[in-house]
Amino acid sequence: MALAHDNKAALDLYQDMYRVRQFDSMASKLFAEGKLAGNIHTCIGQEAVCVGACRAVAASDFIASTHRGHGHCLAKGGDARLMMAELFGKATGYCHGKGGSMHIADLDLGILGANGIVGAGIPIAAGSALASRIRKTGEVTLCFFGDAASNQGSFHEAVNMAAAWKLPVVFVCENNLYGVSVEIHRVTSVPDIAERAKAYGIPGTVADGNDVFSVLAAVTEAVERARRGDGPSLVECKTYRHHGHYEGDPQAYRSRDEVEKWKRRDPIVRLRAEILSGGMAGADEMAALEAAVDREIEAAVTFAAESPWPSASEATTCVYATDNDRSVAR
Amino acid sequence: MRTINYGKAISEAMHEEMLRDESVFILGEDMGVMGSVFGLTRGFMAEFGADRVIDTPISENGFVGMAVGAAIRGLRPVVELMYVDFAPLALDQIANQAAKMRYMTGGKVKVPLVVRAPGGAGRRNAAQHSQSLDALFTHIPGLKVVAPATPFDAKGLLKSAIRDDDPVVFLEHKFCYAMQGEVPEEEYVVPLGKADIKRPGRDVTIVAWSRQVIFALEAAKTLAAEGIEAEVVDIRSLVPLDFETISASVRKTHKVVVVHEAIKRGGYGAEIAAQIMEELFDWLDAPVKRVAGLNVVIPFSPALEDAVFPHVPEIVAGVKEVVR
Repeated sequence: MALAHDNKAALDLYQDMYRVRQFDSMASKLFAEGKLAGNIHTCIGQEAVCVGACRAVAASDFIASTHRGHGHCLAKGGDARLMMAELFGKATGYCHGKGGSMHIADLDLGILGANGIVGAGIPIAAGSALASRIRKTGEVTLCFFGDAASNQGSFHEAVNMAAAWKLPVVFVCENNLYGVSVEIHRVTSVPDIAERAKAYGIPGTVADGNDVFSVLAAVTEAVERARRGDGPSLVECKTYRHHGHYEGDPQAYRSRDEVEKWKRRDPIVRLRAEILSGGMAGADEMAALEAAVDREIEAAVTFAAESPWPSASEATTCVYATDNDRSVAR
Repeated sequence: MRTINYGKAISEAMHEEMLRDESVFILGEDMGVMGSVFGLTRGFMAEFGADRVIDTPISENGFVGMAVGAAIRGLRPVVELMYVDFAPLALDQIANQAAKMRYMTGGKVKVPLVVRAPGGAGRRNAAQHSQSLDALFTHIPGLKVVAPATPFDAKGLLKSAIRDDDPVVFLEHKFCYAMQGEVPEEEYVVPLGKADIKRPGRDVTIVAWSRQVIFALEAAKTLAAEGIEAEVVDIRSLVPLDFETISASVRKTHKVVVVHEAIKRGGYGAEIAAQIMEELFDWLDAPVKRVAGLNVVIPFSPALEDAVFPHVPEIVAGVKEVVR
């Protein structure tokens, strides 16, 4: 954990993880209060993966995200205010209310987009890497996906092509043990998703997805390899989602004991303890940092709540770039 | 003017656009070394290199998805699905990703992608290599859908499709590849969303696209010999649809037959017929007639295949039903 000795880096990681935690905890609370509609998938418990992986790439690099994507977006620099406004369905949101929680994108930040279809972002990420190859622009694309997405054909097709063509992409599997209600090992042929790398002749490594330094080290190595032109890697990050698949999920498919066991391995509690015990920051400093993030999330909620709804006439815009009116009408 | 075939016209469109714009590239099965199963990209790999003419594995959802990713990043991929019958393998990327990306992101992301897909019956390719899936694509908002009948339109429309900032499904008819037609040497484009009156006439409007335009023109000749002057409107683009040209024709002739090769049930002809009923009912002297494929799987045997989709006699008979 050499990186842990850099106090500033550790605090930055903590701040990013804490921001993701507070954003999704707020989304969960707002949903329970009836203030958010639709489906909300939180990544509470998985913050070390999105933050550790995004820390391994540059601002000019790209990420492809998933339905459980708030953390990826924030970790790549997404604006919590615009994200929260999108969750509210407001005109000021990232997608002007057209996309919601599962479709946030910001190409200026390298965020290719979250995705509501499990596994669909994998070929898209490989295609982004292909674009970098064709243009010789040197970016690396991080592809986030869950354990269950590795059972989609899109995973196998895209990893095969990326490996065959040595594309600059890193496949980051967030193994949170469940595809909705199904425990992954009940439906998967290998104990570790990382083993699937062997089929495609690429490195497959397992990281502790609840240890941000473990994720950062594994993804950094994979990013360096991709940047050198040596092709993709598969990094499996073992983690756990504290909440259900969606907010309101009764979670009858897993035991209270199992959830409590994983909560004792909470990545944020763990990093906080490491920082304090390592003397990297004092309790006051940590409290101040957390208070600042809390205010940021509160401000995002205020911004979202006070923002206007999109006008109903906006429902027919942005279907097409050209000929929009004509194409929508006919 | 010089004459080339429809396949050559499509090939020229891709070649010219690749020369014109470095962001245009080609990927699909057998596009590189082989030059595509229909020979449309022969020589391209040697000229443009393996990064711009990419032989993919047989992974339709995967490589269409990669094209979507590259398009999001600002390239202009031209993907070939060897047969439109393979589109269902890639339908998530076409329908859920490419088509919806701009809208879902509130206009932040564009997908300038062309999916070329040869389709159509008549070549004894049987059930899984002969379909016309036009209506499948027209039912997905966010896609533009184009289906040219002639070499001139194929070239000009494909160039427009490649330059367009939206995903375009470009439906080619396999039976048209060898058909000859006049195509100028000089640069031109045909805009998407503009119909073309392929033959003027006063008595009846035949609305058609793709190969059925060729049959409709032959039918019009037969009808002319019997004193019926049919106007053949080739819509060329299904989405966006140039309803104004259809409307002007129907207001002139007061009778209309909509013709397509795809099966009749839920076909795009039903949509066109409904729009005419809704907006031009008072101008009609007869109900709108559809002449379309039977609601069956495309059979193999020539004796069966030729019986399941319209040819000239069915169009002639359809016209005579509305022109009494």
